[in-house]
Amino acid sequence: MGKITINNLNLYYGDFHALKDINLDIEANKITALIGPSGCGKSTLLKCLNRMNDLVENCKITGKILLDGEDIYNIDVSLLRKRVGMVFQKPNPFPMSVYDNIAFGPRTHGIRSKVKLDDIVEKSLKAAAIWDELKDRLKKSALELSGGQQQRLCIARALAVQPEVLLMDEPTSALDPISTSKIEDLVLELKKNYTIIIVTHNMQQAARISDKTVFMLNGEVIEYNDTEKLFFMPQDKRTEDYITGRFG
Amino acid sequence: MKKYKEKVMQMVFLIAACTSILAVALICVFLFANGIPAMAEIGTLDFLLGKKWRPSNDIYGILPMILGSIYVTAGAIIIGVPIGILTAVYMAKFCPKYIYRFLKPAVDLLAGIPSVVYGFFGLVVLVPLVRDTFGGDGSSILTASILLGIMILPTVISVSESAIRAVPESYYQGGLALGATHEQSVFFITLPAAISGIMAGVVLAIGRAIGETMAVIMVAGNQARMPAGPLKGIRTLTANIVIEMGYAADLHRGALIATGVVLFVFILIINLSFSLLTRRANR
Amino acid sequence: MIQINAQNIHQKLRTYKRSPLSLVLLLLVVSATIITVSVLLFIIGYILVKGIPNITTDLFAWKYTSENVSLAPAIINTLIIVILALLIAVPLGIFAAIYLVEYAKRGNKLVEMIRLTTETLAGIPSIIYGLFGLLFFVTAMGWGFSILAGAFTLAIMILPVIMRTTEEALKAVPDSYREGSFALGANKLRTVFRIILPSAMPGILSGIILSIGRIVGETAALLYTAGTVAETPKNLFSSGRTLSVHMYVLSSEGLYVNQAYATAVVLLVTVIIINWLSNFLAKKITKG
Repeated sequence: MGKITINNLNLYYGDFHALKDINLDIEANKITALIGPSGCGKSTLLKCLNRMNDLVENCKITGKILLDGEDIYNIDVSLLRKRVGMVFQKPNPFPMSVYDNIAFGPRTHGIRSKVKLDDIVEKSLKAAAIWDELKDRLKKSALELSGGQQQRLCIARALAVQPEVLLMDEPTSALDPISTSKIEDLVLELKKNYTIIIVTHNMQQAARISDKTVFMLNGEVIEYNDTEKLFFMPQDKRTEDYITGRFG
Repeated sequence: MKKYKEKVMQMVFLIAACTSILAVALICVFLFANGIPAMAEIGTLDFLLGKKWRPSNDIYGILPMILGSIYVTAGAIIIGVPIGILTAVYMAKFCPKYIYRFLKPAVDLLAGIPSVVYGFFGLVVLVPLVRDTFGGDGSSILTASILLGIMILPTVISVSESAIRAVPESYYQGGLALGATHEQSVFFITLPAAISGIMAGVVLAIGRAIGETMAVIMVAGNQARMPAGPLKGIRTLTANIVIEMGYAADLHRGALIATGVVLFVFILIINLSFSLLTRRANR
Repeated sequence: MIQINAQNIHQKLRTYKRSPLSLVLLLLVVSATIITVSVLLFIIGYILVKGIPNITTDLFAWKYTSENVSLAPAIINTLIIVILALLIAVPLGIFAAIYLVEYAKRGNKLVEMIRLTTETLAGIPSIIYGLFGLLFFVTAMGWGFSILAGAFTLAIMILPVIMRTTEEALKAVPDSYREGSFALGANKLRTVFRIILPSAMPGILSGIILSIGRIVGETAALLYTAGTVAETPKNLFSSGRTLSVHMYVLSSEGLYVNQAYATAVVLLVTVIIINWLSNFLAKKITKG
């Protein structure tokens, strides 16, 4: 059994059937990429995994999602989100100092000791490979960083609460190529310790970094396989059409 | 011919737009021209720092009124600002649409009630209430603070609400994604990010409170003496003008206008800080 | 199929058990809102309950005497002052806003000055307006305590309100309207009066109604400009008290508390209607 198991998941926005009968088994310590044309439901599916869709009005979800065999709707939502971290499409550092950005999560979960927080900040920034750039600027506002640095700061922030799973929603779509490749290197590094699910509109990116790939279309999972197999020997005509660029 | 008409109308529009400049200039000129000489005659320091106001003896010190205005305003801020900000948080981040549809007009209505009606309400409800609960004669700094605290609520609420709404939703979501509860995310991420906008609202509220006249006159007691405690009466700058202007003459009248000048300068300083703060909030 | 993401109380309670601070914060915002709403309801309810029984036909007698304490002259004075102040301020305010939105170039020094002074006017408390009205219109112009002096004073007071709301309404008119009109060969003036002003009308009206509310509720600016005579004016140079001034005089004299309650009811109801109207119009704009 995988880290996350999704059974018969359906999601409706009002009358719109956005996710249809999704069944997936996501493996631990692997990078799983979700690809597909825009509007196919890949971001929506991602947000189901840390229950961010709970916020959306008129959103109805049926089915089951298990994290290590436990129904995520039986886990307190704060604890769930502590275990399943998320990095957003646009870097969204809080308008506070670099230090406070990282410390926000641990503080929320009850860590008050300055020594411990200092330690967590350093470790998280190191894990996100941005410590050397930022160690002298911890008290500076996070909004003064470049876009790529902001995104890595957001990754560090997510790591600071010691998650098991990291959800990434097109984390490089707002960044330049150099920052993008830094983030990709980082993601490859992180999979040793974390299970990573990444939504991307960039097929090369999926091919470069992921171990498994899910191809989605119109709210359905069309194909789920090892990345190499999916890209070189697609089983479904629609997958082939998409990866050879015939639509999308 | 048509061109000519166009030019004339453009001039008309321009002149209309300059009315505000003219109005502010006239207000300044007339206030200062009538107030400054009186202030000079009394002696600026004696006027501003004098502790006694006895027009019958030609003693004009407005320190009691300056302190009165400051105390009452501070009291109003202490009472009104926390309630106002919390209400704004509820309206912007907690309340379902069907409650908002009722709350928003309620706050607007609170802003629309005339000061005399507030004053009258204070006179018939708050004054006896304070008298029976805390003693004294009921017309006091405390009573005026409570009433003004209520009156500044709509200002604090609407400015804070828009400041909170202007904070990007992505900050709030980022908080949730780290496992913060809705409340933690709102209070520890969204609210601090809105702080300069909220401060602007508080400054605006200070302006409202210090400039309020009718409601304060009806509940503050209006004794022209140094503040003697929260349950004792007080006279504000605004009240000083209204109460004595009816019968004042010569230097007394000049001293009242000079009181207006002092109030006007206070308000200008407050307005200036407000625009500085909003400019910073917009950046 | 069972919806799994429905919010249930059980889950909420568990969250609050884990984070009691969150529960405290929730209770804080809810109780603040309850305080705000109850204060409003209490004020309105109290005034209505105490005031409505005191509304008698005597109160609306044509002439004021110390026995009937009639509101009628005050109501008439209020209407006259509202109309006069609007006659002065509305054209000025609308024209000024037209200049600022349609003609002025950005960064112009004069425009900066206009904006700065308009902001200043908006922040000046009414007692300062009253003092200025007394010094300028009543004394310097020699009009004495008069309806006219009161109306001019209030006109300056509401000018920034009308300017601001009109500016916003004009800005909300899409540029495509302007381009469309120019493309048909209409000149600027025609475009402004035929195309832009009509589509900005609901916004402008809501600003005007808001100003009416300000005038009806105003006291401090009128005490020493329009004065406190409780009669219908013979001409524009006679003194006359508005409803709010009337209410202040009644309650400060302390002799006519019942009539003061009744006056408060009339004032409140007027303000409620005005608010409702302005909201109604404002909604019309957002709906387009």
